[in-house]
Amino acid sequence: MKILNCPLNGPRNITEFVYGGEVKSMPEVGCSDKEWAEYVFYNDNTIRIIQEWWFHSPSGYWFIAERHTASDEILKTYDPSEVFNQRVDFEKQSKPEKETLA
Amino acid sequence: MRAYNRLPNAQGLFINPDKPISFNFEGRRYDGLEGDTIASALIANGQWLMSRSFKYHRPRGPLTMAGQDANTLVQLESEPNALADRSPIQSQMNVMGQNYNGSLERDKDDKLGLAGRFMPVGFYYRAFYKPTGVWDKWEPFIRKKAGLGVADLDFKPTYHDKAYLFHDVAVIGAGPAGLAAALKAANAGASVLLVDENPIIGGALTYHRFDVEGERAQELREQLTQQVLDHANIKTLTNAICNAWFADNYLPVIQGNRMYKVRAKQCIVASGAFEQHVVFRNNDVPGVVMSSAAMRLMSHYAIKPGNKAVILTGNDDGYLAAIELAKNGVEIPLVVDMRKEGAEPSVHQAVTALNIDVRLNSTVYEALPSSDKKHLSAVQVHDIKQKGEVASHGVKVECDLLCMSSGYMPVYQLLCQGGAKLSYDDNSALFSLTNLPQNCYIAGSVNGVHDLDAVIRDGEVAAYNSLVALGLASELPETLACTKKTNFNWPIFKHPKGKDFVDFDEDLQAKDIVNATRLGYRDVQLVKRFSTVGMGPSQGRHSALPTARLVADATNRTVTETGVTTARPPFVPEKLANIAGRIFNPHKYTPMHKRHLELGAHMIPAGIWRRPAYYGQPQDRDEIIQRESTMVRNAVGMIDVSTLGGLEVRGPDAAEFVNRIYTFAFLKQPVGKTRYAVLTNEQGVVIDDGVACRIEDDHYYITATTSGVDAVYREMTKWNAQWRLDVDIANVTSAFSAVNVAGPLSRKVLEKVCVDVDLSNEAFPYLGYREGTIEGIPVRLLRVGFVGELGYEVHMPSLFGEKVWDLLMQAGTEFNMKPFGVETQRLLRLEKGHIIVSQDTDGMSHPGELSLDWAISRKKPFFIGNRSVDIVMARQQTRKLVGFKLDASSARPKEGHIVLASNVQSDCAITGNVTSSEFSSTLKANIGMAFVGINQQEIGTRFPIRVDGGEVVMAEVVSLPFYDADNARQEIV
Repeated sequence: MKILNCPLNGPRNITEFVYGGEVKSMPEVGCSDKEWAEYVFYNDNTIRIIQEWWFHSPSGYWFIAERHTASDEILKTYDPSEVFNQRVDFEKQSKPEKETLA
Repeated sequence: MRAYNRLPNAQGLFINPDKPISFNFEGRRYDGLEGDTIASALIANGQWLMSRSFKYHRPRGPLTMAGQDANTLVQLESEPNALADRSPIQSQMNVMGQNYNGSLERDKDDKLGLAGRFMPVGFYYRAFYKPTGVWDKWEPFIRKKAGLGVADLDFKPTYHDKAYLFHDVAVIGAGPAGLAAALKAANAGASVLLVDENPIIGGALTYHRFDVEGERAQELREQLTQQVLDHANIKTLTNAICNAWFADNYLPVIQGNRMYKVRAKQCIVASGAFEQHVVFRNNDVPGVVMSSAAMRLMSHYAIKPGNKAVILTGNDDGYLAAIELAKNGVEIPLVVDMRKEGAEPSVHQAVTALNIDVRLNSTVYEALPSSDKKHLSAVQVHDIKQKGEVASHGVKVECDLLCMSSGYMPVYQLLCQGGAKLSYDDNSALFSLTNLPQNCYIAGSVNGVHDLDAVIRDGEVAAYNSLVALGLASELPETLACTKKTNFNWPIFKHPKGKDFVDFDEDLQAKDIVNATRLGYRDVQLVKRFSTVGMGPSQGRHSALPTARLVADATNRTVTETGVTTARPPFVPEKLANIAGRIFNPHKYTPMHKRHLELGAHMIPAGIWRRPAYYGQPQDRDEIIQRESTMVRNAVGMIDVSTLGGLEVRGPDAAEFVNRIYTFAFLKQPVGKTRYAVLTNEQGVVIDDGVACRIEDDHYYITATTSGVDAVYREMTKWNAQWRLDVDIANVTSAFSAVNVAGPLSRKVLEKVCVDVDLSNEAFPYLGYREGTIEGIPVRLLRVGFVGELGYEVHMPSLFGEKVWDLLMQAGTEFNMKPFGVETQRLLRLEKGHIIVSQDTDGMSHPGELSLDWAISRKKPFFIGNRSVDIVMARQQTRKLVGFKLDASSARPKEGHIVLASNVQSDCAITGNVTSSEFSSTLKANIGMAFVGINQQEIGTRFPIRVDGGEVVMAEVVSLPFYDADNARQEIV
């Protein structure tokens, strides 16, 4: 069983954590349906270091882990504020244009 | 019968000469000593034959005496396939052989070997696959012929458990390298776990002869053993197997009926090496053994393994074995050395000084069994002409024991499970391990080091590396190069008549491996799957190396390129009981749990909780549910809803946050009001619902489903980790308990105890939120209509849950209020047409299918599923959740029954399924909800449901809700 180094709680068994998927950036509200569908349904699934969401369930804490998809080695873990450091506002984003749906 | 028996001094390390034990093998009584294994006790009595081989039913005896071969699989009374050379004898135990037809001594199937050329490699695959179905006829016959032991169907479960250990360093294997590593690490202050499969520690020091004098090993063993056992920092587990390597040094160590789950910061694998056999004709005849097996018999069990022994060797260890055998009175007519150059001069001299003949550049080409075929009687020795080829004539040497030393294979299994790679060096003819997992080191013969001094130093170096990683660094020991060459590069001598076994478990001969490559299976993984090499109980412990060499040779590749097949856990067979253990299934009780039991509730699981289904006996279920529901419809009832999820959202951005999470509009929600809250995921699927109460401008209290709240909390916190809104989110599910007082008289009940809130319909309207007290206990009041009547949810700190329950029950007495259960609630809300997310929805249900469009705000810039909901709802719809009705007399559909496109066409499409179904006494009909095809959704449409037994019933789509369509009931004044 793997050990994950939680930035808040230190090294813990991986059974204490819930996986939250790859860190992806959401396209702007005004994106096309295709861009949105790709964001929702597609994952790269390539061999490289990826950023993943992990949740330490007993303490209710989300953080980001960088893991190599081939070696399964976790290179570092850190608080999400290192990546997400600005308030997100949707009002400022442009509205989607009406598309003709197939 | 050969009378080998015990050595005169009987000083075996494992046995107690003062404690005789008798047992039965194949119905005959044998006498052994305490500490004997079944195999050692049998050999002490001259009984070498222990099993019949898998395919040809050839007689087999022990090969390794270390549990590394399948030749010793025997049947115990309640356990098949026990290793006779690992299982200790117990008084009066009954042991039988396996896999024979008739008796072990006279197996009627032993002529199968004569038909061997009609059963080439891959025979089963190729012979029985056509015509279709023929395998089904053959299978029972072949299974019987090739079966192993018999399972005990009257098996009685025995106690097994788990224990957890945490150590700085785990050392796997307590041979010289492991002992040295453990001591070095422990002396530096690390807490060390030392694991060994044998009854005593010492590993090769307990049986191997490391030099001509043969005294150092014993001295060193006594010295190291004492230090280790006395060391406060070392915990030693003997008779224990580390059965796997899992990520980050998580090690399952099995000792008897206990599995230790070990977490080690550092792991040193000093697992040793498996001695390897030589491939020649009849190399499986009982009496042909590894040199190490003969050494173990003498050292561990004080058994003289033979009277006349020939040594077949490719290294100096064979010579040292010859010295040990001679010392114990075994006549050695010949040492056959496959090497041209022979042994170290000192070793060579020591052997010749004992008047033992040595023949270089030769091999045993064929072993000759006795006339009864059950033991070795002689060997045919030939000169080696070139790689794998021998001179046409040789000499016959009579003997009853042949000891093979062709080299070693590192015990790589645990390490390869951890991702280590094996590479082969043509010069040393040895596999070595690289690319070890992090925080894992190897030492000793698994690392290709065999000189005793170098082995000790190698253990210390491994310990040093682990100490550096632990921050306990000590002095780096100087490494000592190992000059000893152990492996002969081609100990394979194919014979035109075959029976030159590569894999004893599966009766695979050298030509079988080569033929597999000729049939196109060039990859060693494919060779394994086609020929079954390495698939037997010994899992390639001896077949992997010759197979790699043969495949490499036959396909013109290097042995490194060829490699070995993947090593996977477990290392040795693992009983399910070791893994299964006991059931640990925690659940939560609400504060009112005791009251429910007092009231005779039938409790059922709800997520992690236990909840009352109804109050009464299961056999009266239907009647109770109707009675409880009638009570709520006509008077008043109360239900424990403490299991409802509770979430607090607080902060300046609270409304903005709730507005982004849920589908409705929340920014302008007034304080003191509740609003239905639907949660969709990014795919636009409805995943939860609840009620959002605005307590203050910057404070929301939100309920969620019992089983969904943890996921909702995760979603909320994950989104805000990205949005960085100024809110705090807390999961207060267990902090609050709650009841729903429901029914036309519910206000009257609540008025009696909650005097500081104006409960009138004007002052506290439907969907209102108020705070007050009940006997000084602070309560949150929500006007809800889930069950379709006037109703109040009362939420209080869990500490007071039972108290408030009692007070409300007391207040309800004069109105005949009784509690009702969750099954009754399901019926009531069904009558009202309210969905339960995850019962009436599935992983594809978007709000449109559920007719929840009204709960979606189209004016706000964003909510989680916004974009996807727009996209899927703009598409052609395929199904819809509808209410349906059936006559009371009709068979009642169950949840999950399928909805069909047609009631006449038998192979028609499935268009949906029933999600809720119950008899409603209020409506005097069977009612339910179901997903139906999009053309079946109109009110009045009749659609077929296939119910139990294949019967098809016709249901009619009706408008929802079934009950009180104008919502008058929940507005009662």
